[in-house]
This record gives sequence, C-alpha cells and structure tokens, in this order.
Amino acid sequence: MNPSALVPGGLLAMGLFTEPVSVAHYLVVGAILFTAGVACMAVKRNALGVLMGIELVLNGANVNFVAFASPYLQADGGRGLGLDGQAIALFVILLAAAEAAVALAITLNFYNNHATVDVDRADDLKG
Amino acid sequence: MIAAAFDTGLVAAALPLAAINWHSTFFLLFAVLACVCAIAVVTADNVVRMALYLVLSLGATAGLFFLAGAEFVGAMQLMIYVGGTLVLLVFGVMLTAQAPFVSIKTAPGDRALAGIVGASLLAVLLLSAFSVEEWRKPAAGVVGDPTATPIGMALLGVRVDEPPAGSPAGVRSGYLLPFEIVSVHLLVVLVAAAYLARAKRRKTPRAIEVAASAEPPASVAEHAAIGREPAGRGGSVLVGGPR
Repeated sequence: MNPSALVPGGLLAMGLFTEPVSVAHYLVVGAILFTAGVACMAVKRNALGVLMGIELVLNGANVNFVAFASPYLQADGGRGLGLDGQAIALFVILLAAAEAAVALAITLNFYNNHATVDVDRADDLKG
Repeated sequence: MIAAAFDTGLVAAALPLAAINWHSTFFLLFAVLACVCAIAVVTADNVVRMALYLVLSLGATAGLFFLAGAEFVGAMQLMIYVGGTLVLLVFGVMLTAQAPFVSIKTAPGDRALAGIVGASLLAVLLLSAFSVEEWRKPAAGVVGDPTATPIGMALLGVRVDEPPAGSPAGVRSGYLLPFEIVSVHLLVVLVAAAYLARAKRRKTPRAIEVAASAEPPASVAEHAAIGREPAGRGGSVLVGGPR
C-alpha cells in the first residue's frame, strides 16, 4: 500500500508521521486546549459554557502534567517527573469533578431565581 | 521553497509503509481531534453541541494520556470526566435549557476581542513550549512500567516506584494526606451541591411567570425579595417540604 494515498506527501516531509513525538508536541496540545478554555470562559454568556471552558483549562493543564511525567516521552531515557505528575493529574481530575458539581448546583439555583442561565443577568450585587 | 517541499514530499511518498511511526500517527489523530473539538466548543452557540464537542475533546485527551504511557490517568479521565462530569453537565443543560435560552448569542465585537486575546495567549504559550531545547528532542521511547499499582500504593502512602533522576535519596512521602484531604473535600462538596440544588421546583414556575410578565428591573427586585423571604410567598407549592 502506498502511503501517499493515505497522507499528503508534504506532511510526511514535515516528519510528523515518521519522527517520534516529543514533550513539545504535548505542550502544543495543552496550550491549544488552555487557550480554547480561556476564550470559552471569556466569550460565553451561558453559565454552562463558562463551566465547559473551565473544564478545558483544567484538561490542558493535565496534558502538560502527563507529558512531563511520561517516561516514554523523555529524550534522555529519564523518568521525567515520574509518578508525581500523574498523581497530580489525578487530583486535578477529582477537583474538577467537585468544582463541576458545586458550580452546577449554583447554576441551577441561579436558574431557579432568574429563569435564565445568562451570566450577564447576574448583576444583583452591582453597586 | 514550495517546490523543494514538494520534492521531498515525493521522496517521502516513496517510503514504505514501515517508515510511518504509528505512535506519532495516533498522536496526531488524537491531538487534532482534541484541538479541533476544543475550538468547536468555543465557536458553537448551541449548548448541547458544545457538550458533544467537549465529550469528544476530553475523550481524545484520554487517548493522548494512553499514548503517553499514563494508562491509569487515561482510564480515570474516561471514567470521571467523560462518564461523570459530562453527564452532570448534560443534566445541567437538560434542567436549564428552554427554547429561548438554549443558545445565548455573543456579540461579534466580544468574539473578535476574545479571538485577539486568545491568539496572543496562544502565541506566548507556543513560544515558551518551543523555547526549551530538551523538550524538543524526540522521545527515546522508553516503555515505562504499568502505573496502576504504583499509583494505588502511593495513594496509600507507600512508594514502590523508582525516584526520578536527580532527586535526593531517602524516604519519600506518599499521597496519603492529599488523598484524605481530597476525599473529605469531595464529601463536603457533594453535600453542599445537594443542599444548593434542593427543592428547586417550588420556585421555577413563579420565577418564569414573573420574568415573562414584568420588565427587567422590577423582576430583579422581585427575585431578590423572593430570595430573601422564601417562606413569605403565597400560592407557592412546597414540593420538597419545609427546610
């Protein structure tokens, strides 16, 4: 089977398909997830959209933790952060779940009081 | 330059299939899926579609974790995030979304401003990601040990994994104390969430009726009054019983 039928030759020349990945590849993915999350938090007027942005931000941080902790991705055959990075990623996942539960309860409360989830309407405390 | 790239592309196209690094190929697949779906979360207006794209993005990230050799974290990502947190979010969408409120549009000016700020932040992050020489070296591909047992033992306070290079020798602490803190935190959070979201049906019809009839300032004042004196409203049905 000819690989040129599967992927464009230009991408093969860039080495993305033939070279092993590095930590920087994971950092790029984490940066894009983080930026998408920040933009989501800033843009969305729906409170649930803001929550999804927070999930994306935490997930982007987790990608970085796992990349630095992975022995597979280290260039020198070292162990990187070792198990610590993965344990921290686990704690981040747990705290994200807890944060989602509380924020969702607050959102439901806000919806019950205001009949909307538009965060621009949450201006009761505006001076 | 384009011609040169095309030339090398032709040379590379003549490579056999064995030249393809399948780890990198699957990494590209999951990475592109995660990034495209994350950007789709930002650009989508419908909150249900946002939840769908978020499921895909988080699932692709779990694939990235598996590819990095963190199989336990990847499994937890699938179980807790995709299986738990997102179900919670979808329930939130179902409980709050009504026809006028499903898609709340963002102003085009805000969208453009967020795009500029996001692009600047992304440029800074990418610069720093590529700034360290050691991070850019291709992976040596050392397959690590299975991680489930060392993580489980570390959460119980016993470290059975090897220390990372350069760390001082000696007794290392496990994660027993953070594990206990997180478990108590989770318990408190779930009790608080149940307390915050309790007995919600008794307010909803009245709030919708007020929001539909009165103009916004009066309705806001009315809601504030409702929030302060929930027992003083006549005609409301106490579904959840008294506190």
